[in-house]
Parts: sequence; structure tokens; C-alpha cells
Amino acid sequence: MNEQKWSNVIESKHSLFRLNLKEVWQYRDLVLMFVKRDFISSFKQTILGPLWFFINPILTTIVFTLVFGNIANLPTDGIPPILFYLAGNTLWGYFSTTMLSVSNVFAGNAGIFGKVYFPRLVTPISTIISSFMRLSIQLVLFFIVLGYYIYLGEVQPNYWAFFSPVLIIFLALFSLGLGMIFSSLTTKYRDLSLLLGFGVSLFMWFTPVILPTSLVKQKLGSYGYLADLNPLTPIFECFKFGFIGSGDFNMTRLLISFTFIIIVLFFGIVVFNKSEKSFIDTV
Amino acid sequence: MLALKAENISKQYRLGQVGTGTLTHDLNRFWHQIRGKENPYLKIGDTNDRSSKGSSDYVWSLHDIDFEIEQGDAVGIIGRNGAGKSTLLKLLSKVTKPTKGKIYTNGRIASLLEVGTGFHPEMTGRENIFLNGAILGMTKKEITRKFDEIVDFSGVERYIDTPVKRYSSGMYVRLAFAVAAHLESEILIVDEVLAVGDAEFQKKCLGKMGDVTKGEGRTVLFVSHNMAAVNELCNTGILLDQGKVLIQDSIDKCIIEYQKKSGHISSYDKLNDNFAIENKNISINKYSVTPIEGNVLNVTSGARVKIEFTSKIKASTLDLSFYLRNSHEVTVMSTGIMVSSTGDDGEYSVVFEIPANTLNEDGYYFEMFWGINRSDVAFKTEAFGFEINGIRNQFGEIIKSPGVIFPIIKSTIKKL
Repeated sequence: MNEQKWSNVIESKHSLFRLNLKEVWQYRDLVLMFVKRDFISSFKQTILGPLWFFINPILTTIVFTLVFGNIANLPTDGIPPILFYLAGNTLWGYFSTTMLSVSNVFAGNAGIFGKVYFPRLVTPISTIISSFMRLSIQLVLFFIVLGYYIYLGEVQPNYWAFFSPVLIIFLALFSLGLGMIFSSLTTKYRDLSLLLGFGVSLFMWFTPVILPTSLVKQKLGSYGYLADLNPLTPIFECFKFGFIGSGDFNMTRLLISFTFIIIVLFFGIVVFNKSEKSFIDTV
Repeated sequence: MLALKAENISKQYRLGQVGTGTLTHDLNRFWHQIRGKENPYLKIGDTNDRSSKGSSDYVWSLHDIDFEIEQGDAVGIIGRNGAGKSTLLKLLSKVTKPTKGKIYTNGRIASLLEVGTGFHPEMTGRENIFLNGAILGMTKKEITRKFDEIVDFSGVERYIDTPVKRYSSGMYVRLAFAVAAHLESEILIVDEVLAVGDAEFQKKCLGKMGDVTKGEGRTVLFVSHNMAAVNELCNTGILLDQGKVLIQDSIDKCIIEYQKKSGHISSYDKLNDNFAIENKNISINKYSVTPIEGNVLNVTSGARVKIEFTSKIKASTLDLSFYLRNSHEVTVMSTGIMVSSTGDDGEYSVVFEIPANTLNEDGYYFEMFWGINRSDVAFKTEAFGFEINGIRNQFGEIIKSPGVIFPIIKSTIKKL
């Protein structure tokens, strides 16, 4: 009965795995505009502007070094404390900000999503890119400090350092996957958004940001394997191992972590696709 | 050729607060799903009637709607509040999915449910043109090509590099609409977005939209409560009522039907209109409302109401009383007019005036009674009404001032 060809069909059901990357590509200019918007809106009417990208990790690192290094006297696996905390902070900062902002995609953009259609995936992607820009600036800071310690001869990077882009990509995918799961769930169950901010800061203690894995394992005793369950641990350890030359790094665990991240990402896509179609009715 | 075809589309909404009971409903739905049964909450659901208390938590905002739209048509979608107009637009613009049914479309759809979606206050006019354009689906190249045209249309050239948070609300809307007006799409969906902005700009926008349909052969779907604008822009119409398509016909017929339905017939002539307003006692022949002064019915014009009818009964007296109600069902005033103290049958003409500077901008309708013998009601109708338009305030904007009445307030000012 339909002799006519239709270019588009709107219906209630669609495939859970259909990512529609082609459509996202058509909207690539929007991705860039969102990145630009994020950048402009964070620093409009500030005097220091993007310098805040530096100030933040510097201050945190100083505080961590003072409190955990000097006062609490926590071990840092023989790495200079400043470098240890800076490396952990830079990566953790990327993970937590990306994850939290991706998890806020539906709730935070309800105004736009309720009025106009574009592939919703555009928003988390642009979030990842914006925080990636921030990460690259912070990495510059990290490399400056790293260079200083290499010059002093206190640390020796190895070839694993070249593996770090892969690590960062997986870190991004993990925050994307987790963020998408939470963003979809929070559209209906707002409780989660309250839990999330809290949960993320708690999660930091299970990730080798402040506490080195060796210490955590030692303290956990026979429960030491719990530290390995965290997919972030091998990534953080591999990063530190590559650049600083020390750390509890294990290839198998890294691969397990990558597999886990891919599964989370997949699950995230499914949930995201499912809630995308009608979240506006419940948000 | 068809531009759009809707098949059995339905949209269900849940009433009340989403949150309480959400989890149990979700679990129940999931339990039915894994056993291969239909979603239990799809079977229930009331029609969407605001005023009556329904028995179910779920309502059908749209229920089994079918229609087809020819390419190049300008379709006015009209209906009372809650008829499902906005839901339909949301489905068509893919903001939300239908609960059931399919919509087939041909060509790119651009929807304008709001002007300036995604405008960021901190960004300049220039940056916002690109951002908003990209949100609406334009590529950077397209926007760059049309940039000058957009700025020109908006008339805010001087402020183009100023953050939009410093714009007046009028400038904001101008800029936003300018971007939207330059969208290239085969189907354009427009919600009632022109309510803001000054009269000159409103005209310009309506003109631009008119060009879109008449000149470029695009299909336009337009939702509005402004019957004058709908009439001017559209050639066909869809009248929705309680989530169903009441009629799909020429725009004139839809508007008449809508006004009949909503009790707002602003003019009636038995000879031209093919429906009768009568009973065995009274038959209405003509009804019209004209401004006492000027040619627009507005706050300062006053309204002259003329009604002609035939009385088919003999009585001792015949009177005409009415309640005047506004769109919020507030009775603004009431009065009675003695038509005949002898109560003869035959044709009568009654003219009465509602003084200027009395009624505020709103829609009004009469509840009219023809009384006989000072006791019995011979005929009663709520069919007639009129619309009082707004006037410009001292800043030149057409914005409705709150309030039921709009008298002239005398003031004396002295600097002490």
C-alpha cells in the first residue's frame, strides 16, 4: 500500500544497538560548537581564563603533598610525592569530571532535548572532547614537572610511556560508558544523581590516586584482590609505570580492565539508546 | 506527493508525580515483557480531559491518529489547550517517540518548537548563530553562507559581537527567529513561537513563513491559537480534540468547526454558515461583533455586539440575558435586556455595546438566555464569543497585562 518512498520513519521501537554514527557524523559541527560553548562558558568573565586549568591541579597537588605526603606520611612507591599526586590527579580529574558531566547529559540538557532533535550521542561525545582539551593542558603541566625530575635523574620513563594515549582513550571510554548508564537511570530515578557525586569521591580511594595499590593491598590482606577488581587501577598503574618507571603494573590485569570497559561501554550504549527515545516524558 | 503520513499514532503519558511507584511499574512492565506479554499499562488510560477526574494514572494525549499531508501544503494544527497539538509536534520533530504507531516522512524536517533553543547567554550573537544553527541541524558551511542574510533579517547587526545576555528580549527573539527562518528543509514544523516580539517583527516572520510555503514549495505545519495567523498562512487544517483528529479539511472549515467547538463563533450568518443555532423557540439569524471605534477589536476599541434572531413563540415578555465569561471561565459581567414587553413572535435585532477600556486582552464568550414570561428559559446557547486583542504598552510592546479588566487609570504626578 505504500508505493511512495519515505526517507524517514518515526516509530516507537528501534534497535538497541543502532548507534547511528552516520547521523552523529552529520552533526559533527554541532559537536564542535558544544565544545566551544563549554570552553567559553567556563571562562567568560574570569581574569585568569584557561589558566584555571593549571591552577586547579597545582593547588590540589600541593594540598595532597602536604597532607598525605608530609603530615600523614603515606608511601608513594618511591616516586617523588609531587609527581605521584600530580599523575594521579590529572588522570582522576579527567575520569571524574567526564563521568559526572556525561551522567548529567539528560538532566542538564532537558531544555534543549525537549525542543529539538539531534542525535543525543552528540552531547556525551562533545563532553568527552571538552574534558580532553582540559586534560591535554594539564598534561603539559605534568610533562613540565616530569621533565624536571628526569633532569634531576629521580625518575626514568620507559617505552610504556608511548602506550599512554591508549590508556587515556580507555579512560575516556570508561567514563563515557559509566556516565551514559547513570545519565539514563537518573532521568527516572533522581536518587542516583545524589548518590553519584558521593560515590565518585568514595571511588577515588579505591583508585591509586592518593593511596598506592601496594599499600591498599597490604592493608586489605587476604582481600587484596579487591583492589584489582577496579578497572581503573591497571590503567593508573600502567601510566605511572610508563612515565615514572615504578608502579604495580601487570599486563593481564590491564587486558581484563580493557575488556571490562568495553562491556560497560556496550551496556551504556544500550541503556542510553533505550532512554533516549522517551526520556523527555519522565525527566 | 505526500510529505508526511501518520499511521495510528498514539502517545501515552503518566499523570501525577513520576517517582512514586515508578520502580514497581517498571518491574511489572519488565515482568510482562519477559513472559512475552503486552505492556499492561498500554491497555489502560483515559482520554485527556483535564476537567474531569479520570480513573487511571495514564492518559492518552494522542489516540490512534491518522492523517496524510501533501507536499507543499501549509497545515494549521488547531485545537483547544490539551487537545494534543504540542504532543503531535513533539512526535513529528522526534523529540519523543510515539507509544504506538508510525510516522512516515519525506525529506529533512526542521522543527521550531521554540526560538533560540540552546542560546548561551555568555556567547556573542555571532557565536550563538552558529551554535543555534548547528542545533537545528545546519552545517557550519551552510550557516557561513547564510550568515549575512541572517544578521540582516534579525536587524541586530550592531550587537552581533556582544554576548546575548546583554540583548533586550526583543533582540534575542529577532536573532533567534532569524536563524530558524533560514533553515533549509522540506518540512518545517512551527509551534506558537511568535507570541513575543513587536508587531512589525511578527509581520515579518509571518511573511517569511508565507514565503516558505508559497514560494519554495515547502510543507509547513503550524500550531497556533491565533486564528488570524493560521488563516493567513495555512491552506489546510487539522482540528484536534482530546487526542483525536476531529476533522482534516480546508483551513476555513477547521476554524469554523474549532470556534463552534470552543464556543467562540465571532460571526455567524445563517444564510452562509451551514449549521443552525436554534431550538423550537428561538432561531439565531446573525451574530457579529464590531469595534465601536477603529477597525480592530482591542482593549481601547469597545465592542458592539449585534444579534438577530427569530422568535417562534408568543409569550407575555421576551428578554435576553447573558453572562460574559473569559477564557478562564471567569464570569466578567452579566446583564439582562428586555427585548419585548409584549412578547410577540417575529424577527428581532438586538445591539448592545461593551464600553471601551473595560475588558482586558482575552477570549470571551457569552452564555446567553432567552427568557419568556420573566421566568422560563426559552433558549440557551454558549456558541458566541469574541476576542479582544492587546494594545501596545508605553514601550511599544504587545504584552498582555495581567488582570481581568483594563480600565484607564487616571494619575496625577507632582514632583515635590
